[in-house]
Amino acid sequence: MAAPRQLFDIRRVIGGLFLVYGLILTATGLLDGSAALRKAEGIRINLWTGIGMLVIGGAFLLWERLRPSETPSDDSPVADEGDAAHPAP
Amino acid sequence: MPDAPLLAAQDLRLDVNVLDYVILALYFLVVLGIGFAARRAVRSSLDFFLSGRALPAWITGLAFMSANLGATEVLGMAANGAQYGAMTLHYYWIGAVPAMVFLGVVMMPFYYRSEVHSVPEFMRRRFNGATQLLNAGTFALAQILISGINLYALALIMEALLGWPLWLSIVVSAAIVLAYITLGGLSSAIYNEVMQFFVIVAGLVPVVIIGLTRVGGFSGLGQKVRESVLGEGGLHTWAHTAGSGNPLNANWIGLVLGLGFVLSFGYWTTNFAEVQRALSARNTHAARLTPIVAAYPKLVIPIVTVIPGLIALVLFGDLGKDGGPTYNEAIPLLMNEFLPNGVLGVAVTGLLASFMAGMAANISGFNTVFTQDIWRAHVNGDHPDEWYVRLGRIATLAGVAAGIGAAFIAAGFGNLMNYLQSLFAFFNAPLFATFIIGLFWRRMTPWAGFWGLLTGTVCAFGSYMLYKAGVLDFGTELNASFWGAGVAFVVDAIVSVVVTLVTAPKPDGELRGLVYGLSDASVADDALAGDRAWYRSPVALGAGAVVLAAAFYLPFL
Repeated sequence: MAAPRQLFDIRRVIGGLFLVYGLILTATGLLDGSAALRKAEGIRINLWTGIGMLVIGGAFLLWERLRPSETPSDDSPVADEGDAAHPAP
Repeated sequence: MPDAPLLAAQDLRLDVNVLDYVILALYFLVVLGIGFAARRAVRSSLDFFLSGRALPAWITGLAFMSANLGATEVLGMAANGAQYGAMTLHYYWIGAVPAMVFLGVVMMPFYYRSEVHSVPEFMRRRFNGATQLLNAGTFALAQILISGINLYALALIMEALLGWPLWLSIVVSAAIVLAYITLGGLSSAIYNEVMQFFVIVAGLVPVVIIGLTRVGGFSGLGQKVRESVLGEGGLHTWAHTAGSGNPLNANWIGLVLGLGFVLSFGYWTTNFAEVQRALSARNTHAARLTPIVAAYPKLVIPIVTVIPGLIALVLFGDLGKDGGPTYNEAIPLLMNEFLPNGVLGVAVTGLLASFMAGMAANISGFNTVFTQDIWRAHVNGDHPDEWYVRLGRIATLAGVAAGIGAAFIAAGFGNLMNYLQSLFAFFNAPLFATFIIGLFWRRMTPWAGFWGLLTGTVCAFGSYMLYKAGVLDFGTELNASFWGAGVAFVVDAIVSVVVTLVTAPKPDGELRGLVYGLSDASVADDALAGDRAWYRSPVALGAGAVVLAAAFYLPFL
């Protein structure tokens, strides 16, 4: 089961999804007309949300790149400095 | 309300376009992908039910948090924010964080190291088979009723998106959830939960930012809440709790003992849908950290639930009134009001994903308990492993079907959170009493476990019925749930003590590793290198969460 788990490391999945969403929203935000702006109290909310999602998505991918998860062998816990070093904030 | 525009929205329709549907479709493509991958990886029943006990604390912690961030949180807590104001914060800072920390610091080693796969199985080992069966039965029923709440909330959003009638939305939503669960079991459920957590936060944050801009920031919001039906009381949490002159009609004893102790500890420490997340952790240390890692995001979740509730209260003058939208609609109304296409799609995706994950968690909890604790333990335990995996899939189907029925029950409540809290008072409060006494009092007998649990549950239900019939007056439904939980706890405790005095206890040998002070020397230390660092200590991190929770109260005393 090592291969799928590695491929589907949750950080890669979230990072990838957020990058795609971020790109879509940033593009939408740049093109938003006055109706969208009026609805959002004059804030370019698509643009800002898009940028925020790009940053978060990038951070997840970077984290996964810097500390790839170990492949757990079936029942012996592997001693390493892996993921648990990063309790999420 | 002088300048609150009356934005009536009887038939709420979200103004979505193709861009929003692309965002929604992308999410479900990813979910399906994970489902297929997880399905290939699932081998044994341990894999299917507990994700093979291999996950690190940050995943199980986020999954623990996300399992709770279903309809309960998003619609329910926003509804409560609009109905009761800042007192809703109690559900986070006294009603969740201390119990989550207690679970991690004190109780988790007993759960994890005893290698049980569920809370009812723990009840069998500590007490007896009858207690397991009773606990499994009430848990399975509770999960179905709660899954009905999630399904109903999901259908509300579908209705607002597509304009379908409610019954059709409920049936279609159920079909989607079913596909989602059967594709991968708990393994993909956990991954999806973590993913939906981030998406829903990404969708709710813009609502809060635009909403606060509209009402004039925090000070403008405070000002407008003072002018609303809640008045000054809507901004305080502990003020006037010596009597009942506060929006919740609750006094501080009910809040501290009913909500802060019995309801909250009952929910967080014995709710298997939650505990199951920690049992998937890779070692005892990761299991203990699971609820504590989750406590930190829990501290700040009210920013995206209670604050939107307050914004909805001051913007929509007819919210919760006769003929106006129900409190449950606070968040969808705000999304419709503020979000342009694009970010609207993210918010809708987040909501849909959150209800699905919530319902998936209920159904997978039901599935495990029905298969293992009811069927395997009490009906027939002689089949090969694969047989139970198959039975689990059938249980999933039956659970979703029953959830459809439960969704129509949930549809009868204008504020879903009130309904949910009543359920917790029936099912979790007595369980917590039995659990905690059994953990710290070695002499407590197997039959005391059974009778305490039974009478506690019956009494909580009885007190709720008396409130509904008008015999007991608790002021508000939520206050009734605080007292119902208190009654269940006290009755359970008294019955447990009395029955213990007249029945025979279990020998110490059978209680090793299950009660406080009798550790099981045969369980190996499974700590990993680095687990002993102070910044990964469950006690230090837990204490930090509790101190923060207390500090967060200061602006809202």
